[in-house]
Amino acid sequence: MGEKRIVYMDHSATTYTKKEVLEAMIPYYSEHFGNPSSIYSIAGDSKKVIDAARVQVAKALGADTDEIYFTSGGSESDNWAIKGVAFANRKKGNHIITSAIEHHAVLHTCKYLEKEGFTVTYLPVDKYGMIDPADLEKAITEKTILVSVMFANNEIGTIEPIAELGAVAHNHKVYFHTDAVQAIGNVPVDVKEQNIDMLSLSAHKFYGPKGIGALYIRKGMKIENLIHGGGQERKRRAGTENIAGIVGLGKAIELATADIDGHNRHIQGMRDRLLQGILTKISGSHLNGHKEKRLPGNINVSFEFIEGESLLLWLDDEGICASTGSACTSGSLEPSHVLIATGLPVEISHGSLRLTLGDINTEQDVDFILEVLPKVVSRLRDMSPLYRKSG
Amino acid sequence: MYSDTVMDHFKNPRNVGEIENSDGEGEVGNPVCGDIMKIFLKIENNIITDARFKTFGCGAAIASSSMATELVKGKTLEEAWEVSNKAVAEALDGLPPIKMHCSVLAEEGIHHAINDYRKKHGLEPWVERNPHPRDHHEDLIADH
Repeated sequence: MGEKRIVYMDHSATTYTKKEVLEAMIPYYSEHFGNPSSIYSIAGDSKKVIDAARVQVAKALGADTDEIYFTSGGSESDNWAIKGVAFANRKKGNHIITSAIEHHAVLHTCKYLEKEGFTVTYLPVDKYGMIDPADLEKAITEKTILVSVMFANNEIGTIEPIAELGAVAHNHKVYFHTDAVQAIGNVPVDVKEQNIDMLSLSAHKFYGPKGIGALYIRKGMKIENLIHGGGQERKRRAGTENIAGIVGLGKAIELATADIDGHNRHIQGMRDRLLQGILTKISGSHLNGHKEKRLPGNINVSFEFIEGESLLLWLDDEGICASTGSACTSGSLEPSHVLIATGLPVEISHGSLRLTLGDINTEQDVDFILEVLPKVVSRLRDMSPLYRKSG
Repeated sequence: MYSDTVMDHFKNPRNVGEIENSDGEGEVGNPVCGDIMKIFLKIENNIITDARFKTFGCGAAIASSSMATELVKGKTLEEAWEVSNKAVAEALDGLPPIKMHCSVLAEEGIHHAINDYRKKHGLEPWVERNPHPRDHHEDLIADH
C-alpha cells in the first residue's frame, strides 16, 4: 500500500526548490517585506540581501558583482541580451549569428529582430549537435554585432565549445552571449576565461525558485534596457525587486556550484548505467547528442517504430515523468528543431525520449525505468504498422 | 489534456492487430508526420464482421483507431462509410483541437479499406463526399 511511486526524470524542464533555499527565502515574504527603494531602515535589510545574492552569483560565474543583473528568468535574460545589443548597436551593423539548436527564447527573439530589419545567420550543427568554431569564423561579416550560442543544449545535452566560440567573436570585436540556463551547476563556468560578454541563467534549473534569473553583462558593453520604468538594478532593469526570489537564486547557485565534480560523479554514474541498460535492452534504440560532451544528467534516445507522446503517456501511467521531441506534444505538429538540425530523420525524431536525472534520483529509479521502459516500448511496437514491415 | 474515454481507448485499445486474408485494407498517414494508420476489415454479405488496426502515432491516433474500428463493426458498408471523423471524436468525448486530424485519419483509413474491398470486387470506388483538406500532412513535408 501507499502512494503511487513517482520517478521524476525531467530535471532539464525544472527542478524542485531545495529546502535550504526555500528556508532562506521565506522571511523575505513575511517579516522582511520592505521595498528596497524605500528610505526607512527596515527597507535597508532588503537592499543588503540583494547585494549579498549578487555577490553569490558573481562568484559562481567568475564575474564582478556590478556585472550581475537580476531578471525574471532565462527568457527575459535572453530577450534582454539579444534585443538590447541589437538596438544599441544597429548603427554599427544589423547582423546577428546564433545556432539552429537554440532555445525558443533565443530563436523567436531572433525571428522578431528579422522583422525589425536585422539579418540572422543560424549556424548548423554536426550529428552530435556540436557547433564548429570554423563555421562561426566564416559567418562573421563587417555587419555582425552579436553572436549568441547556448552553453549546453536542453534537449540533447550537447555542451558547446563556448570558450573557442567566444574567442572567435572577440577576434572580430563582436559581442558574445551564451544562454547557460542548462549549464549552471553542471559545467564549470568562468565568464572571463571563457570569453563570455553576456550570460543568461535561471534559478529553477538548479534547485532554486521559478520566476527569477539573472543576466551577466560585462562592464563597458553597449546595451539598451529591455524593461523600462524605475531605477532598480542600477537603472538597467526596472521593477520592484523579487527579493525572496533573489535570495533563493543566490543560495541555490552557491549550493549548485560548491562541488560540481562531486554532484556530476553521482548523477553521471546513474545516467551511464541507465543509458547502457536502455541501449542493451531495447533494440532499435539510438543515443542522440554527443557521447562525452554532454550534460551529466541527460539522456536522449530515439526508439524506432514508435511515437513519443504515446510513450510519455504510458510512462506517466507508471509514474515516470519524462519528455519527448515528438511533434505531438509541442502543439505545433513539428518535431524538435534540435533533432532535425542534427540530421536525425523526421520519423525517428517522433520517437525520441528525454530523461534528465537530478539530485532526487536514486539507483532504484534507474532499476525501475529499466524494468518499465522495455515493456512499454514493446507494447507500442506491437501495435505499430511500421515495426512488422521493418522487423 | 485527454478525456477519460480517449485514455481508456489508448490504454486498452480495442481491435489491435491484423486480419489474415482480410477483405479490405487501408493505410493512411505518413511516418514523417508522426502518424500512420492501417485498417483491416472482414466483410460478409456487405456487413463488416470484424475490424482491426495497427497504428504508429500519438495517444489520440491510437484512441481514434480503436474507436473507429468499434464504430464500424456490425455495420453495412454504406453505414460504415457514413461514420465521420466527427462521430469518432464525439464517441471519444472530444479531442483537443490540434488532435482532430487523428480522427480524420481514422475516417480516411476506414474509407480506404472499404474502397479496397470494392476495387477487389470490380466495383467503382466510392468518392469522398466532403474531401478533407489534406490537413497538415503536405504542409509539414513542404516545411522540411
